[in-house]
This record gives sequence, structure tokens and C-alpha cells, in this order.
Amino acid sequence: MKATRRDFLKTSGVLLVGFRALRAQGPLQGSPPLNQLDSWIAIAADGSITAYSGKEELGQGISTAQQQLVAEELSVPFNRVKLIYCDTALTPDQAHTSGSQSHPANFNSDNLAQAGATAREALFRMASQKLGVPVDRLTASDGVISSGSQRVTYGQLVEGKKFSLALDPKAKRKSPSQWTVLGKPIPRPDIPDLVTGKFEFVHNVRLPGMLHGRVVRPPSVGATVASVDESSVTGMPGVVKVVVKKNFIGVVAEKPWQALQAAGKLKVTWNPGPPLPDQATFHDSLRKLPARDALMVDSGDVDAKLSGAATVMKATYLHPYQMHGSMGSSCAVADVQGDRATIYSATQAVWYQKSTSAMILGLKPENVHVIFRRGSGCYGVNGADTVTYDAAILSQAVGKPVRVQLTRKDEMAFENYGPAYVIDQRAAVDAQGNIVSWDHESWSPGLGNRPGTNRPGNIITGSLLGFPPADFAPRSAGPAPARVNNNSNGVPSYFAAVTGVVQSGRVLTHAVESRFWTGPLRSPARLQNTFAHESFMDELAARVKADPVEYRLRHLRDARLKEVLSAAARTANWETRPSPKPGNRRTGIAPGRGAASVLYEGDNGYTALVAEIEVNQDTGKIVVKRLVAASDVGPISNPDGLRNQVEGGALQGLSRCLGEEVTWDHEKVTSVDWRTYHSLPMGFEVPKVEAVLINRTEGEVMGAGETSITLVAAAIANAIFDATGARIRQVPFTAERIKAALAARA
Amino acid sequence: MAITLKVNGRAHTLDLDPATPLLYALSDDLQLNGPKFGCGLGQCGACTVIVKGQAVRSCVTTVKSVEGSDITTLEGLGTPDKPHPIQQAFVDEQAAQCGFCLNGVIMTAKAFLDKNPKATEAEIQQAMSGVLCRCFTSVRMLRAIGKYGKAVTR
Repeated sequence: MKATRRDFLKTSGVLLVGFRALRAQGPLQGSPPLNQLDSWIAIAADGSITAYSGKEELGQGISTAQQQLVAEELSVPFNRVKLIYCDTALTPDQAHTSGSQSHPANFNSDNLAQAGATAREALFRMASQKLGVPVDRLTASDGVISSGSQRVTYGQLVEGKKFSLALDPKAKRKSPSQWTVLGKPIPRPDIPDLVTGKFEFVHNVRLPGMLHGRVVRPPSVGATVASVDESSVTGMPGVVKVVVKKNFIGVVAEKPWQALQAAGKLKVTWNPGPPLPDQATFHDSLRKLPARDALMVDSGDVDAKLSGAATVMKATYLHPYQMHGSMGSSCAVADVQGDRATIYSATQAVWYQKSTSAMILGLKPENVHVIFRRGSGCYGVNGADTVTYDAAILSQAVGKPVRVQLTRKDEMAFENYGPAYVIDQRAAVDAQGNIVSWDHESWSPGLGNRPGTNRPGNIITGSLLGFPPADFAPRSAGPAPARVNNNSNGVPSYFAAVTGVVQSGRVLTHAVESRFWTGPLRSPARLQNTFAHESFMDELAARVKADPVEYRLRHLRDARLKEVLSAAARTANWETRPSPKPGNRRTGIAPGRGAASVLYEGDNGYTALVAEIEVNQDTGKIVVKRLVAASDVGPISNPDGLRNQVEGGALQGLSRCLGEEVTWDHEKVTSVDWRTYHSLPMGFEVPKVEAVLINRTEGEVMGAGETSITLVAAAIANAIFDATGARIRQVPFTAERIKAALAARA
Repeated sequence: MAITLKVNGRAHTLDLDPATPLLYALSDDLQLNGPKFGCGLGQCGACTVIVKGQAVRSCVTTVKSVEGSDITTLEGLGTPDKPHPIQQAFVDEQAAQCGFCLNGVIMTAKAFLDKNPKATEAEIQQAMSGVLCRCFTSVRMLRAIGKYGKAVTR
């Protein structure tokens, strides 16, 4: 497994994006086999259909789409399918539910989709035999196969037995033109329970005899335990036990309020960690750290082209660490009895949680049962995995079920942040204004990651328990790979090596060590890289006085990317002209518009965005009036679900680029609640959001969870420039930074 | 000490530290799923309940201070079979992603609109400015709230 991770780093050089490698290794031991129909679909004697999936519902709507998929392939109504997902006693290991991979994994020609097609063809064969009628004279509807005169139900055919069939790669999927359940905006079945308080989150799991735990995290980054005075909580009401294991400390009590008070009273002496870098000069300091370098692409002629060019532009873009900042702090319930454990967790990978929980508990993985229960929206590796370890360790210490929910501060101070970035861009343009060479160099700090199958030390609790995070070894760059893997979107769309026409280009990345935990946060690396690429593209267009959309189209080759950009521009009534907008005054309110586009992960979702904004040049405040987000992700399973993802992603992207930034002093993180970490609230001046959906019924499906969010920072920065002529190159675009950029205008 | 809480029309006498935040009594002792712990600081709204017609943050409200008052939680509005009109509006608009914030959004909006049935869109946004939805389902949620607002006015 370690080799897999290294192989991955060798090819991509991106330390933080670990899940592709993990997917490549196949299911863990004990998983129902992925190539067997019975792992995915069961038909009971009464004809009821149960489907099993390793991709879970996080709030993104995938369970509804998966239920539609199975209903469609089996020609039954939506409600006839029961979907069970992410329970290590029942469902196949499909690694993480992450990276916009659930649709590609289960809706193309493998896994759940192919199981549905295999089951339908098997049922037709059985019916043909039973009725003595050729398969091509049979039709299926509502769980009944009919020849016209004769009928037989699925239940009668299967008789409650297993199929005992391998997935048939040749079984024919229904084509989108035949769809009656897929492709429709079927409402999510979980919403009535959600709006009435009936729905059970992991926070609402209650086991008989369950106790409540709280953890005591270090007061500063890297602090270690010197001593714990357990007598400081002796006699406090309800306190059951103080648990200390290396640098992990927790308190178990009968009630949550008692546990919280005891955790606050417990006297702990800590050895402080080494001081943190100064935040004011942090981005520049990254350039000087030992680095693990990788060349993603190198045409070999970049230095020559840049030195020989008449016009060369340069710019540096900065992105902060940002949080997942889940609405509900993370929670888990564990019941560890002797050598067995049952764990309720909002983890994005139940099978990996099983193997790493077994490591921290010292149990055999086969004796650990992990059951997914929905948590608060996570957007990546939030506190869900770490709090699962917390609950497991505390339960093991008291031999009873224990529920742990983190405090807001413990959630925010120690989660695996989306990493900061420094990105330098240089490009040369010719006399016609065309880009002739582009050079990109980035620095990004990383520490830990998802725990994967065997790295509990990649997150705070595992680390406090003494497990090391993934090792970091500086290394100079090897040669660029022959075939570009643009999973991180490090390569600008305009390079001929990917989707564009620019032949000369280089992308060099430097992974450096972080003092803070890092991990995937919705659109990891892709959002930061795309902010830099799509801002810089706008700067180049302005320099040569070209319309920003026309300039992009001129440098793109991929027809679908061009089309999605054109669709967004058309819907937004894009006015073809260079930026900045002529006629705007340099004081007061100035309107402007900006565009951006990308092929997410290089192969997983075409997307474009147009933002219309107003900048108050006296206060530096931005009001976003309208966002038009176009999307082409192949055949659409549920258009309303897709719309919901596109809308939510656009507004989450807005929050991230306008206010969100992890802050720290010399010893600790200081953004630890909603006063100090600046999320947009529900009721901000919400722009009009329009999702333009291109339903491409031919070809494969792509991911849709991270498309629109990837473009927002760039589109807003470009709109600020259009409105004011001021270029902002650092996220978040606070009023102070905007005012500084306005003051720096020529 | 014994504390009597009147929740969704029923009285419950519980043995509690009087300083216990109401949220803990509702979610732990009474096993209600509606009110949720989001921050414990009164900053996000996830724990909101309605007390005497007012939206109250139950994570920073002691049980002692609401003893004897009528407390309504999300469960008290309606059920999946018989949802309250504001709950139905959220179903109609498919106004949810993860759903963790829904309690705060719905309870805050209901308390506000019941008192201010003629509120404008801007006033509704202002009223919702202390509530978080980190999935940013804002467009749909504001549409659902607006729909309920129109129903209240009629």
C-alpha cells in the first residue's frame, strides 16, 4: 500500500491528493467482491429489491440517483428499490465517497450500474426459460416480466435465492433515450424526515447504556502532555473515567454536559510545541522550505521562449488555508466490547475506517464493524474520522458505548485544512496577442491527509495516540511524465498537452511541509490552481485588449469546454469587449462581470461560470448580483440534484473567496468559531444563481460535486477587475484587500 | 434538581443541573433529533427552538430559565405525514443538502414570519443573517421561506 502511495506521488507530485491511489488498489479484505452481482443487488421472494453501494449520501443527493439507477435498470418504480450504503457488514468497499467520483464509479460500465444491467438480463433469461418464450418477445414493467399472455414476477423467478453470477461486462445498460426513472428530477426521499426532525444523523445514534465523552486537545500546535492531574475532576457529577494515552486525553461521563464540564476542569500541563511561522510573511516563507518537486508538464523550451519574447507578463497568486467548517461539529458513537467493536461514523470511507480503527484499538479488522451514519456536510476530510477514533478509544477504556461530539473549537483548531498555495505565473504573448509560452510554479504545504487504509496518524487523534503521519521526503523533480495527468488541474486548460493550443509550457510544483494538518477540501488543489490560471488568463486578455471569453475560446481546443463556456456567456448576455468596463467611475459603486472555465480534474466535469458584481469603491465591499454556472457532466441522472449541487457549490465558493481564511498566532490557530472564521451566513445578499445544464446523453457520466465551486474565486476576481481596473490576487477578497488593490491602481 | 420542561405540549420532569443548556436536555434526556449542537456558542442557529413565539438558541439557554414555558421544537411543528406548511415548503423546493442546518433555518424563519407576515425579501434575508448553512442551500431555502411567507400573509 505504501508503494501505491509512492507510485502516485511519483506520477503526480501532489502530496495532498491521495484518493486516486487508494482507489487503484481494489477492495479491502472482507469486502463483498466487486465482480459479483450478489454484492450489489438482492431480490427477495416478495419481489422487493435491495441494492448495496459503497458510495454514501453526504447531502449531495447521490443516494437518490443510485436508487433511480437501480430502479431504471430493473424496470421498477423508484420506490421499489431499497438502497443500503456503507456498512462493512453489508456493502462492498468502494473506497472513499469523495473527489466527485461516485457518479463515475457507479453510473458508467462498472459496479452498481453494470450490476443492474446484469440482473435485468439474468431475469429475462430466467423468464424465457420459465415461460418458454424467447427473450426478445418479453417485456418488463413494475417487477413483472410478460410475454403478453404469460407473466412472471421477479420474486417468482429468483425465489429468494442468490443470483450467483459474475457482473457481465457485456450486459447492456439502458440508453438515456429509454429512461423513465433516471434523468428525472425525482425528489429526495430523505427531505421529509430532515425537515421534521425525524431523520437520524450520527449525532442522534443512542445505544443502551451509552456514555458521553469529551476530548482535551492540546492548547497549541505540536504541544505534548507533561502531566495530567486526574484528581482535579474527582467527585465531579457523572464523571466515569479520565483516559490518557500518550498525548490523547479524554473524559467519559454519564451525560454530555457533565463530560464537557469535566473536560474543562481537568488540569493538564502541556509542553508547548515549536512556534508557528509568522502569518504576515507566511506565503513567502513557503518558497524557502525543503520541497518535494514535480514537473507535471515541460515542453523544454519555456525559458528560451520567455527570454526571447517582446511581451512577458508575471503575476503571483496567494490562497490561504481554509476549513471544511462543518455546520455541526463532528460526532461518532463507538461500542468496543473486549475484542470486538461496533462503530457509527460519518466517515467518507467505512472500510478504511474499519482498518485504521482496528489499528488504534489493537483489534483484528474483521472484528470491527463500521456503519455509516450521515454527519453534518463535510466537503472533504473534516473531523468525522478523528472523532470516530476519539469515540473508539474512550469506549474501549470504559467497556461501554460512548458518544463523542467535538466542541466547535476542537473541530476548527485541528481539522485537516485545505492547504494554502503560492502560485507564480509567467507568460509570453506574440504581436497578435496570442500566448506563445506559459510557465507555472506553485508551493503548497501539506501534513497528514485522509487516513487511508493504514495511516491513522494522518489526522489529529491518531497522531496524539502516537501514530506517525505519512512521511515527507524532499526531492528534486524528475522528468515530466510522457502522458499528462491533470487530476490537480495544475496544468492550465490552454496548454496543448491538455485541452488547449499553447505548445510551450511548464508546470512545476513544490510540496512543502505544513505545521497544520491538511487534507482534501472540496475541489482540493483544483480550486487554488484554477483561481491562479483563470485570473492570469484574464490578465493576459486585458493586456492585449481582448474580450476575456473570446480570448479563452481562442486558446482552447476541446469542443466541450468551449461549448460550456459559450453557454454560460450566452445565458449571461455577455457583452463582448475587453476589461475593464469602459465608463465606470473610480469612486462609488462600479458594476462588472467576470468569467472562468475549466475541465474539472482534467477529465471529470466541464464547467464555466459568469459572475456579475458591484464593487463599492469607497468601502471595498462587493455585492454579487448574479452567477451563471454552466455544466456538462455527461448524461444527467437527476437534473434537480445536479442543480442543487451547482447552486450550493457556487455560493460556497463565494463564501470561501470573500471571507474564509484560517488564522493563527505564534502558537495556535485563532479562527476557532464563527466570529473568527468568516463564513457567509444564510441571509447574506444572495445573488441570483442560474444553473445551465447541458445534458449530453452520449458518453460517460462525470462528477458534479466540485465543478462550480472551482471557478468562483477567479470569476469574482475577474469581475472586480472589470468593474474597477484593480486586480486582486489574494484570497479571500476582504474589503481591506480590495481597498488596497484599488489604491494601487495606476 | 427536578426541572419541569413543557416541550411540544407535554410536560417532562427531569433531574438536571439547573445550569444545563436546554439543548442537552432536549437531545439527550428527551431524545429529540430536531435541535442540534452546531457550535454551543449561539452563533450558528442549529439548536434553535421556539419559546413564547421567539426563536431561542437552546445551546446558550439554561433549562432553569425556560422552566414552565412552552417550548416548541422542529418535531412540534409537523411530521413527515403531516408536515407544517413551512416544512412542506422546504420539501416542495427540495431545499436541503446535508440537512444539518434545517432546524435552525426553519425555526428561525417561522418565528420571524409569524410575527412579521409582511416582511420583504430583504427583511427575511436580514432575519436569517445569524443562521448558517455551510452547504449554502441559500437560494432554495430563501425560496421556501418566501413561499411560507406568502401563505402566512394569506
